[in-house]
Amino acid sequence: MSKEQKGRSIHELEKIANDIRLDLVKMLEQAGSGHSAGPLGLADIFTALYFNLLKHDPDNPDWPERDILVLSNGHCVPIRYATMAQAGYFDKIELKTLREFGSRLQGHPERKKLPGMETTSGPLGSGLSQAAGMALGLRMDNAQHRWVYVVLSDGEQDEGNTWEAAMLASKYKLNNIIAITDRNNIQIDGPTESVMPLENLRDKWEAFGWHVIEIDGNNIEAVIDACNMAKAIVEKPVMIIAHTIPGKGVSFMEYDFHWHGMPPNHEQAVKALKELRTLGGKIRSEHE
Amino acid sequence: MSDLFLAEDRKKLEPIRKGYGRGLLEAGKRWDNVVALCADLTESTQMHLFAEAFPKRYVEVGVAEQNLVTVGSGLAAMGKIPFVSSYAAFSPGRNWEQIRTTICLNDQPVKIIGSHAGLYTGADGATHQMLEDIALMRVLPNMVVIAPGDSVEAQKATLAMASDKRPNYMRVAREATPIITTDKTPFEIGKAYVFREGSDVTLISTGTMTYPALEAAELLEKDGVSAEVVHVPTIKPLDGATIIKSVEKTKHVVTVEEAQIIGGLGGAVAELLGENLPTHMTRVGMKDRFGESGKPDELLKHFGLSSAHIAMAVHHLMLDHANHKH
Repeated sequence: MSKEQKGRSIHELEKIANDIRLDLVKMLEQAGSGHSAGPLGLADIFTALYFNLLKHDPDNPDWPERDILVLSNGHCVPIRYATMAQAGYFDKIELKTLREFGSRLQGHPERKKLPGMETTSGPLGSGLSQAAGMALGLRMDNAQHRWVYVVLSDGEQDEGNTWEAAMLASKYKLNNIIAITDRNNIQIDGPTESVMPLENLRDKWEAFGWHVIEIDGNNIEAVIDACNMAKAIVEKPVMIIAHTIPGKGVSFMEYDFHWHGMPPNHEQAVKALKELRTLGGKIRSEHE
Repeated sequence: MSDLFLAEDRKKLEPIRKGYGRGLLEAGKRWDNVVALCADLTESTQMHLFAEAFPKRYVEVGVAEQNLVTVGSGLAAMGKIPFVSSYAAFSPGRNWEQIRTTICLNDQPVKIIGSHAGLYTGADGATHQMLEDIALMRVLPNMVVIAPGDSVEAQKATLAMASDKRPNYMRVAREATPIITTDKTPFEIGKAYVFREGSDVTLISTGTMTYPALEAAELLEKDGVSAEVVHVPTIKPLDGATIIKSVEKTKHVVTVEEAQIIGGLGGAVAELLGENLPTHMTRVGMKDRFGESGKPDELLKHFGLSSAHIAMAVHHLMLDHANHKH
């Protein structure tokens, strides 16, 4: 982690995650297209990554000592953009250009467009194998102190490429990979278990030779603890199955697969922002 | 062409893939960041030389071609120059989207080697005779497409690829083909070479078909037709200047390749000339068909790719052109 990010309390991190969710809702409304549920559900994981776990430098995105973060499910990139802006990679005003012509914030992430975006993704199932290649490369250079984090969706585990990578990482005992599955149980056509059942997902990963940790992916402390624990597992690559609530923080989006690939309209955005500002009605908003 | 130092005779045979194997070993010696990945075909893709010399820089991914190229992309992201090999039918046959997204759009210098490309795959039959690889790779932005004419050129091409910053694809053949160049023959990515000068027709050939094109030129000479042979080891970027210069002189073009003419070298030359120098041309190659089992020479004859067929194609073209004029 960079110096200024050390020692933040969980409470402070939760506040940051909420700020990121506010930005997410605003940018998705502005863009008029994009994915809402996944990014909202991932806000806590991305906050934990960028504000506690990752060794990185927003002023020097290519810092040779940085940890790597691969986003395999590229459609969830709004959460990465919002988190990077929050971390200081670029001004938040640029978030308004999401998906616009000429923007660095492409609909799906492109390495060549935005410094700090480690790889280009969107077509599903190829993030874990790229992470495995990166982990192998770091090992060849005796640079295993740099961690390779990779975030996958659950739906993309329908893709065979993911399991090819699972076998390879296990064969080479790539203990410098920390993989996180965003287990939100939805994909475009509906619940994962009706589209193409993934369960028992834990057994699958264990059968492929991975160490599995299951957590509440909307609990920042749990995310941090799991990743730190993963660093102590030396014999196997680690898959953290992070159970998240799709649309987390916006009640009318939560658990509803229809919000997978849809942005809020203006009215819905106003309602969502109010909910987020009042923490679901628990506090009075200063912005009312 | 004396300055090209071509082989004095073309009697020595060697599979083109062997030149790749030697080139890769040499690249490994010259550059520490060269690494190699294979999908369960180490010896037949000739990567065993590298694997034995540099076991720590060699990754066996198993029968998993999608993983082959995406792991390669990840290694390239960490500063490596990965050579990834399989049979062309599987890579780039099976993993095109991964190549498109994680290598071309992502702009990582992964070197994809498709072995056992074309009819020279022989007895294995249509499933393994990859004829669409040139077309598949040529349409991808950022991608360089190379088809060396013999094993000696393949070795040079491999070294050139190792120091090229772009994604590259190289197709190499299984069965032995004549060695037509020497160690001194120049090779540069993006350059075409006039292997034989002539004035009546330009034969534009790539890969294994440059040898039969040279043979066809000799047959044509006996018939009083002077054929220029332009060897095009780099199909993309295409050396338009060399091709146009030759065609301006001869005004007749026959392209020759051991791949689908749709999207292949024939397609590439037709696009170039269509926009710059519309010229009567014939494309010799696979015409929207699949191959089948057989010995390479049987297959070349059956599908109209032998030197006699190439010479015949030239005669037909020149006759048609003469008739059009009247």
